[in-house]
Amino acid sequence: MREFTQPEQVSLTINNEPRTVVAYPGETLLYTLRGDSLGLTGAKPGCENGDCGACTVLVDGVPVKSCLVLTAEVEDHHITTVEGLREAPIQKAFLDHMAFQCGYCTSGFLMLGHALSQHVDRADEGRRTEWLRSNICRCTSYQEIADAVTETCSSLE
Amino acid sequence: MNIIGTSVPRKEAPNKVTGRARYTNDINVPGTFHAVMVPAHQAHAQIVSIDVDEAKKVPGVKAIITGDDVSILCGDVTEDRPPLAKDKVRYWGEPIALVVARNEAAARRAASLIKGRYKSLPVVNSIADALDKKAPLVHEKNGSYTVATPPVTPKKSSNIADEANVTKGDMDKAWKASDVKVKVHISLPQIDHAAMEPRIAKAEILADGRVLIHASTQAPFEVQKLLAKYFKLNPGQINVTAPLVGGAFGGKAGVQLEVLAYLASKAVDGQMVKIVNTREDDLATSPLGMGLEADIALGASKDGRIQAADMRFFMDIGAYTDSAPRIARAIAAQCTGPYAVANVHTDVYCVYTNHTYTTAWRGFGHMPMTFAVERAMDELAEALKMDPMDLRELNAIRPDDITPTKARLTRSNLGDLPKALTHMRQLIGWNGGRVEAVAEGKVRVQGVAAFWKTSSSPPNAVSGALITMNSDGSVNLSIGAVECGPGTKTTAAQILAEKLRIPLDRVFIHEDVNTQVDPEHWKTVASLSTYMVGRAVLDAANDLITQLMALAAAVLKCSPDDLDYGDEKIFVRDDPSIYLDFKDLALGYKYKEGDSIGGQLMGRGKFMIRHLNLLDQHTGHGRPGPAWTVGVQAVEVEYDQNTHQYRLLKAATVMDAGKVLNPAIASGQVMGGMNMGLGVASREGIFYDTEGRFLNHQFRLYKVMRMGEQPKQYLVEFIETPQVDSAYGARPIGEHAVLAIGAALANALSRAANVSLNTLPITPETIWRERRAH
Repeated sequence: MREFTQPEQVSLTINNEPRTVVAYPGETLLYTLRGDSLGLTGAKPGCENGDCGACTVLVDGVPVKSCLVLTAEVEDHHITTVEGLREAPIQKAFLDHMAFQCGYCTSGFLMLGHALSQHVDRADEGRRTEWLRSNICRCTSYQEIADAVTETCSSLE
Repeated sequence: MNIIGTSVPRKEAPNKVTGRARYTNDINVPGTFHAVMVPAHQAHAQIVSIDVDEAKKVPGVKAIITGDDVSILCGDVTEDRPPLAKDKVRYWGEPIALVVARNEAAARRAASLIKGRYKSLPVVNSIADALDKKAPLVHEKNGSYTVATPPVTPKKSSNIADEANVTKGDMDKAWKASDVKVKVHISLPQIDHAAMEPRIAKAEILADGRVLIHASTQAPFEVQKLLAKYFKLNPGQINVTAPLVGGAFGGKAGVQLEVLAYLASKAVDGQMVKIVNTREDDLATSPLGMGLEADIALGASKDGRIQAADMRFFMDIGAYTDSAPRIARAIAAQCTGPYAVANVHTDVYCVYTNHTYTTAWRGFGHMPMTFAVERAMDELAEALKMDPMDLRELNAIRPDDITPTKARLTRSNLGDLPKALTHMRQLIGWNGGRVEAVAEGKVRVQGVAAFWKTSSSPPNAVSGALITMNSDGSVNLSIGAVECGPGTKTTAAQILAEKLRIPLDRVFIHEDVNTQVDPEHWKTVASLSTYMVGRAVLDAANDLITQLMALAAAVLKCSPDDLDYGDEKIFVRDDPSIYLDFKDLALGYKYKEGDSIGGQLMGRGKFMIRHLNLLDQHTGHGRPGPAWTVGVQAVEVEYDQNTHQYRLLKAATVMDAGKVLNPAIASGQVMGGMNMGLGVASREGIFYDTEGRFLNHQFRLYKVMRMGEQPKQYLVEFIETPQVDSAYGARPIGEHAVLAIGAALANALSRAANVSLNTLPITPETIWRERRAH
């Protein structure tokens, strides 16, 4: 990781597109994504403390809470946000199972589910639950989300 | 009917799975200033001074406001809450100052440099503390505050902010005559709404005097009215926009950050200022759901008929009143639960404490009230040696019964509880409540509880709908109810599509609410939106159809009585080959020669709630809502007698929905409600230390349900007894699935652990403690 003490240009690869932003040294990835220059507001601030997962994005295919990652840390890494999902099976599954109500936590759960569906252990229900436990939904019963993720993972078998 | 009763997806669903759904904090004007609150780190103290000198030096800081700069008091019932603490602080986390800066980082840095100096006061840290004769007063001026919305009866020189009473029949006589009596004491902590979107408000004061507010709110029209009142503006000057709301659960029905945003904007010459809660603010500083202590006494005849109910409810409302008096009256009005009880005496007290203040929480007091009543019901069943399901069925309230406030019940305004109970026996496979051993030290047990609820809404609540037609014959629908998750907008669109006999995708509904554009809607609360909006939409649709018919009649040279409509056409009833398309009428009809008549067709619809009244202060008699939704909930749990751990196997709800407008959305609403209620019952609660400090203002400490902790199986069934004055017979169902599920869990575990579990949350540790104490 490059070190800097003043705002500097940082090169990111977001949704397969090279983007350059000016970031403060202490700026979180969540803040950068949602800022005026990128405007990727799909990732949501829910606690900015790593507890709720509404800000989950993928860094090199692995879900991370973007409120706990510094923009400087992910320079030259591949970042995928919900805006980068293009008719991914998980999106259709969420629609089919009505796996959301207010929709605020949805981006985070979608990114988790999408990453899971690409993961080697996707068939393991315990693994799926373990991953999905990192995020909070206050509207649904979780069953809808679990069903959507399970369907997506098993349809890829 | 081809749209009502079908599981159409939410209108905004595609946006919600692509990150394109926009909430208040996703729409920002470049250059917006940020405001940050400075919380008090004392629960009860006199403010000696607030030092802002260091904070002012932070580059980018534009203004710092303290309580001394603000002269207003807020409150939708009793005006007792300064927007920023003034003279004293009354709860840990209460804002003492507001910093406005160019950016969030500067505002936060400056806020951290502001130091309050306090003279500590004794902390009123519980209902018992507050009711002690020598208790320090949370509000020295209790009883002298301006009352914005009567009734409210504060008791001077005490911590009782309000009292509501209901009496029916002769309680004392019936109590003496009762064969079997039970008394139960209930104690429930305050809880949080924990909507995933933290509360947020933005304000801008334009040069022409208009005030623009953007907020995550359930009550944009209330924000408009209260800001106008507090700041002596005309309501018309204030334009409130509410985009999609990321969960609300009653927590966004009050007005808090909007006032601070306005003050902040005013301090920086009307610039756009944003104030957004951190999660910590959202828990400790913004209002919670109330805590409750209750003493319930039920008396019954030998055969199990309840004769007498004597009840005291003490609400831990925290430091300010907010909507507590209205919640107190809601509890009083429904205090018996869904049972016919001839003799009732109930007192409900709103008690000030040095805890975070409280507001509506999904169910408007009915969830803690139901917990108390339903625990007493199970104790009564045990005393009578009766099946708890049988006891509920025997006493279930029915048409022609009267409620505790003497409102008369009909087949339309009351759901069918006996039928729901019958269905529940099947759905959960009711075993009579027996404790069944399944393995060494492990037992399986079921628990049941029932609920009822009405809206407890003001007698003058209004709603409206506006329809405009597009050139292609499709329609735009505008309503004043916000979308916070339950599919309110989609349901309204379904009702309109059904009435106009057009496909749902021909109805475009405004996702946002804007008070300057959309018709007034009281608040998106009380599960009432489908009822109120639905009626307004039908009214507007009828208005539009009348206009379509009138214009078509003129063009087709016939009477409107000869016409019918369907398939986006107005046609002659006995010869459908003579017709006009909606699109040819939508913006007026153009004859072949080019001359035209009509103009754009617009449907106007309104609805006002009728025949409600405020409860009489002495007897409590009155009519608190248009109809009572009823239902029954049950759980099946496996309990480990050695470790006191338990697993949720099944959770079930049977509810009388009147008519299910959208089965998938309705089931989701009920499953989510059960999950929330079970979360509350099994792990949630606000903890204060002995100094009144708020201990768990993060999600790693305030635990909500997570994936894998939900029951293995959720079961939902609706029965349909129409509410005839509601669109297509639909009854309110939004809040209800939280109401009794926690009580059902406590009833199951009390039997499994052989000890009365009358406090929440129920954890293995609390079960162990209760067993050790008995």
